[in-house]
Amino acid sequence: MCFPDSAETIAAAVRVARRHGRPFVARGSGTGLAGGAVPVDDPVVIVTTRCNRVLDVDPVQRVAWVEPGVLNLDLSRTIRHLGLHYAPDPSSQAACSIGGNVATNAGGPHCLAYGVTAMHVLAVEVVLPDGSVTTLGGLEPDAPGYDLRGCFVGSEGTMGIATRIAVRLTPNPPEVATLLLDFTSVDDAAATVSGTIASGALPAALEMMDAKITRAVEDFVGAGYPRDAEAVLLVEVDGLADGVAEQVAAVSEIGKANGARHVRVAADDAERALLWKGRKSAFGAIARIAPDYYLHDAVVPRSKLLDVLRRVYAIADEHALTMMNVFHAGDGNLHPLIAYDRRQPGVWEHVYEAGTEILRTCIDAGGVLSGEHGVGLEKRDLMPLLFSPDDLDAQARLRDAFDPDGAANPEKVLPRGSRCGELTAERASIGDKSCPLSTHALWWCRSVGEHIGKLAVGRPRSATGSWKCARPRA
Amino acid sequence: MEVRAPAGVIAYEPADLTVTVGAGTSVLDLDSLLAEHGQMCPLDPRDSNATVGGLIAVGLSGVRRLRHGPVRDTVLEVRFVTADGRVVKGGGPTVKNVTGYDLPRLLVGSFGTLGVLVQMTLRCRPRPVAWQWASTTRPVDAVAASLFRPSSVLWDGENTFVLLEGFDRDIGVEARAAQLGPPCEAPALPNGTHRGRISVAPAALGSLRDALNDITGARWLAEWGVGTVHVAGDDPRVLVDARAAAARHGGWLLREAGGDEAFDGFGVALPNGELHRRIKEAFDPNGTCNPGRLPGPHPF
Repeated sequence: MCFPDSAETIAAAVRVARRHGRPFVARGSGTGLAGGAVPVDDPVVIVTTRCNRVLDVDPVQRVAWVEPGVLNLDLSRTIRHLGLHYAPDPSSQAACSIGGNVATNAGGPHCLAYGVTAMHVLAVEVVLPDGSVTTLGGLEPDAPGYDLRGCFVGSEGTMGIATRIAVRLTPNPPEVATLLLDFTSVDDAAATVSGTIASGALPAALEMMDAKITRAVEDFVGAGYPRDAEAVLLVEVDGLADGVAEQVAAVSEIGKANGARHVRVAADDAERALLWKGRKSAFGAIARIAPDYYLHDAVVPRSKLLDVLRRVYAIADEHALTMMNVFHAGDGNLHPLIAYDRRQPGVWEHVYEAGTEILRTCIDAGGVLSGEHGVGLEKRDLMPLLFSPDDLDAQARLRDAFDPDGAANPEKVLPRGSRCGELTAERASIGDKSCPLSTHALWWCRSVGEHIGKLAVGRPRSATGSWKCARPRA
Repeated sequence: MEVRAPAGVIAYEPADLTVTVGAGTSVLDLDSLLAEHGQMCPLDPRDSNATVGGLIAVGLSGVRRLRHGPVRDTVLEVRFVTADGRVVKGGGPTVKNVTGYDLPRLLVGSFGTLGVLVQMTLRCRPRPVAWQWASTTRPVDAVAASLFRPSSVLWDGENTFVLLEGFDRDIGVEARAAQLGPPCEAPALPNGTHRGRISVAPAALGSLRDALNDITGARWLAEWGVGTVHVAGDDPRVLVDARAAAARHGGWLLREAGGDEAFDGFGVALPNGELHRRIKEAFDPNGTCNPGRLPGPHPF
């Protein structure tokens, strides 16, 4: 593992790895859920946490150049006095890095109106897998040729490592209103989501939490969420005064028409912040219910939200598991969460099987495998559920154009057999319900991932060199 | 060989805010359908005959890009026919998706050099309730700075034309704050036998103005905050000089129409030429897809 502290030393680390015939994997804060940064094939792990400088802020053109290890929320804090913010706001924004956001094309509650990371990255300086450094995209609106920047964002570290990133900054809206609606059924809340989208309103954020998670959050944060609600919606509208007022009225009306018991509009910034704190602390609050959880990330067409949710709860019941849902309802981005205790014998197999069934349900409803965490290792072998051999072959061709030797983050994203002419035996097993990635392998990935995350935080700065590279113990 | 792509709407679920169309679908026909449901895809083609597939293949964004983003942000899923005749799907039909590599972004603006687009799923948005163009002769930077999320700010070097979209009263408040004149028609993009579009960093527009004004016979209109400049003239020299001016300001000019025979479509070598070459070879090893369209040696 090594801990470079600049663009130049990240590039040097890649070159050292390649010179010694080793693959490499970039690692940011390690908050991804799909095992995208888990080392496989004995790679050099290049941790970007020390590359955490905001290099340049242009408040007039609303552009900032940052290093990949800058934490998402730190960037917005740095530019707050300019009346600007960085729009993508994953729930882990206090911990996740911009470089990791670029790797997974991260979203967050506010990407409903503002768009995902790819819409906010103008240019990215990268070290390619051969060790050369180049810039993809630029500050000009269009680059001649292919959109290489667009290919790189969301490529999960398999096309190289971002070393400097130019992001678009967004002006803070003059007016913001945050609403909390509570319901006596999940169905009513889901109908309110569909009704809101169909009405022509496009809130900045539209989040749903079910009964179990609402109670857990309320016990944890005390945000004033109703403990007896079956579901709550957190809705934010922003913009100019008239539009905000109209949308608050519209959302309130649609909510009440669909059975909302109360519509609470936050009176001030403090109350707004408290309501959001509840939503963003949801995953921490789960510790009050069970010591472990397995969180999924899938997207379904918004019109299918209710059907899929019902099926998700049914799957959990069939496996006698505790299911909670806290998610980006406005985008149809589900985060089904299974809380469990790993010490309970046999439970993990049920957790894993239920998770796979949920993903299949989402795909059957016309959805996709991941909305914002990527495919990584976890969902790699489920890719054939969504893509034909020809589709996967095309993706492999793009990846190989960036990384002909397969040195960047090997074994991620594409299942073996994606390339034309590769053995497709593994793909044959997708037809039945067994997943080729063994339960044990997945468990191993997660444990190792957590372990490395802890190491990265505690690693001291090298006294002599600017980065350290150590061969991991076998 | 000339290829005509299938036309027509394949799937449209207004509650999903997505629409799937054949590549040959007319952009204006699509817009009429979406308007019936209070939605839009802000593709804004310059030519009323434009097809969705054509517009996406050339990747030309419309004048509302400042607010609604470039055309590449609108494309969620593509289906295209590869050089060896396979139909490939890339991306996914939902508004958020990181399942695999972003082939849609690769295909947008690839000028048909990687395959033939046949079908695409686009992200729709609510259609604004109200909209209004207005102009002013105040300094463009001050005008732009006083507006929140204008949909377009066009500048000819002296006059600034602003498009505001949203709710009625908000538009009035914004227009007064920026001291805009009374409502006006949308400004026409410069026209002529020889046309091109410059891409420069938006910060360079101020100094590019003088260079463009020095070109005899050049008509131009810039998208403030974006960095696109539409240039036209009746003499092919206009494009040559405008391209030189763009290059001096760190940008480049794409030929849209006209130019003399020696005038290349791009006028610059592709950045990251080796990556471009490898991608082209991976998708079209024999160079059969729109040969010669992109600058550079074989296989483009």
